[in-house]
Amino acid sequence: MDLFEYQARDLFAKHGVPVLAGEVIDTPEAAREATERLGGKSVVKAQVKVGGRGKAGGVKLAATPDEAVARATDILGMDIKGHTVNKVMIAETAPEIAEEYYVSYLLDRTNRTFLAMASVEGGMDIEEVAATKPEALAKVPVDANEGVTKEKAAEIVAQAKFPAEVADQVADILVTLWKTFIAEDALLVEVNPLAKVADGRVIALDGKVSLDENADFRQPEHEALEDKAAANPLEAAAKAKNLNYVKLDGEVGIIGNGAGLVMSTLDVVAYAGEAHDNVKPANFLDIGGGASAEVMANGLEIILGDPDVKSVFVNVFGGITACDEVANGIVQALELLKSKGEEVTKPLVVRLDGNNAELGRKILSDANHPLVQRVDTMDGAADKAAELAAAAK
Amino acid sequence: MAIFLNKDSKVIVQGMTGATGMKHTKLMLGDGTNIVGGVNPRKAGTSVDFDGTEVPVFGSVAEAMEKTGADVSVLFVPPAFAKAAVVEAIDAEIPLAVVITEGIAVHDSAAFWAYAKSKGNKTRIIGPNCPGLITPGQSNAGIIPGDITKPGRIGLVSKSGTLTYQMMYELRDIGFSSAVGIGGDPVIGTTHIDALAAFEADPDTDLIVMIGEIGGDAEERAADFIKANVTKPVVGYVAGFTAPEGKTMGHAGAIVSGSSGTAAAKKEALEAAGVKVGKTPTETAKLARAILAG
Repeated sequence: MDLFEYQARDLFAKHGVPVLAGEVIDTPEAAREATERLGGKSVVKAQVKVGGRGKAGGVKLAATPDEAVARATDILGMDIKGHTVNKVMIAETAPEIAEEYYVSYLLDRTNRTFLAMASVEGGMDIEEVAATKPEALAKVPVDANEGVTKEKAAEIVAQAKFPAEVADQVADILVTLWKTFIAEDALLVEVNPLAKVADGRVIALDGKVSLDENADFRQPEHEALEDKAAANPLEAAAKAKNLNYVKLDGEVGIIGNGAGLVMSTLDVVAYAGEAHDNVKPANFLDIGGGASAEVMANGLEIILGDPDVKSVFVNVFGGITACDEVANGIVQALELLKSKGEEVTKPLVVRLDGNNAELGRKILSDANHPLVQRVDTMDGAADKAAELAAAAK
Repeated sequence: MAIFLNKDSKVIVQGMTGATGMKHTKLMLGDGTNIVGGVNPRKAGTSVDFDGTEVPVFGSVAEAMEKTGADVSVLFVPPAFAKAAVVEAIDAEIPLAVVITEGIAVHDSAAFWAYAKSKGNKTRIIGPNCPGLITPGQSNAGIIPGDITKPGRIGLVSKSGTLTYQMMYELRDIGFSSAVGIGGDPVIGTTHIDALAAFEADPDTDLIVMIGEIGGDAEERAADFIKANVTKPVVGYVAGFTAPEGKTMGHAGAIVSGSSGTAAAKKEALEAAGVKVGKTPTETAKLARAILAG
């Protein structure tokens, strides 16, 4: 889960990384009091989970509380690269910036270790620094069990060639930033820019944090950081039912078991769509192993509730779970939906293969539901589902 | 022969007495796996009856190894306790630990991987978030259905469980030497490269099928490895061509960030290494068939 800047700032502050004062607001009028609390001037910063907001006009200086209200009025509701600004941070104005640096910790998947990245050339997009001037970006592996001690921090500072007068401050920040990374189960903590200001202090002026949702069981406070307002309503409904669902922009609803098989199903449907008016998959939905009638019904309910969906492709490979159980699940799910007054009105193409496939297919044939069609190969079923979606478009 | 697992493997199950552990221990026994014990400190000294097969429960991996000579552990331990269980397996220096558990926090898997490395990698880790591995007709360590296919001469390595099953099913008449599910998490123990190297060295394997998916650069590195080191034919499949950027597609590791981790880049790298890459699982199976038919 990616956080907003203000949430990252709060976590940095909690673990001792120096940041500027600020508060988040969602109405222009609130900018006045917030700015007054900061001594009468502030920086108004759009809170969006996308880079380049400065260039887009999402960060403005306000010399007076009135000006802060005017700037907040401009920025709230603004669209930045497809993200609507619903919140702004009213931040303390930074003393004059002398230098801008970059520091981060992240997972290095390739080497299966954590990695510290640091550069004295911060402020700009770090991927650009990495591409155009790789020697300016130090990359130092960090052992997950040894972590970043003061000594390790000094090593990172030396490799990135930080100036002597800020070396101690940056090393301290690297230690507190590591604390943030570990204590919050983060996948990424990034400070950019880490600024040296006129009075000599080094401060985190902007940052990014991404959290590992697999660690939610030991991070009860993280739930409150979720941006429920921005979540797609179908994704939110699926999450509430513990379904692994991602909304996409096509017309063929997809249900399958296993992340790999569902990803593959999306591809196969997209290829099939090339011959059928370019229809595309409408979603990713993995119902996992088991696929009980209830889970199947929950999944169908979400997908049928998506107005973009014109046909549904249920693609199940019976592994440990037998296909007859899956077929019964589908039949019961259709009845369950009917009894809830949500009868299926869109065509369903079902492909069952693997364990007890013959039995499962027979169950579907016997149930003889007018909207359910059986196609027994994955490629053939994808073609049928795409054809039906194109016809209903 | 086969890789990593054979009829002589002595398997213990960490988390055997939980619901998932019980279900799959029974299935593994049914596939002929020599299961010599379970591990649960609270139930040490007891035993569990699986349709007439008594499996003793030990207090620790070390004790189970000492008393039974076990050399493989399969872990069905819940995510919150998985790190401690893997560390225990590493401390006991069991040669192979197969971590089935899904949903382990990355900080935990990074920690146990760093620990295994600091101990000289004496324990091969497969997973986490994987279906395990099977050597058909000999032994099954994990949750791959044992009745999809039979012993044969294809080696399979895959990030995805259900795509493993699908591919084994497509090629069921030919059969497999071993099939290894390495898992879809960002940090995994055994990689595509480890399995490719083992299949290359395995006299019972004639052709290797490699299944990848979006995220990371494991497939690209595997392509480099194949180019330099693999003489046997390799057929590939990559899932996730239509996955949008920035969305996690089920597996924690399956995410395209910016231009990195795309299926197109992986396919291109594999093809440049001489790997025939199928557009769909069915087409991939056809490519494998054509090569084996000469």
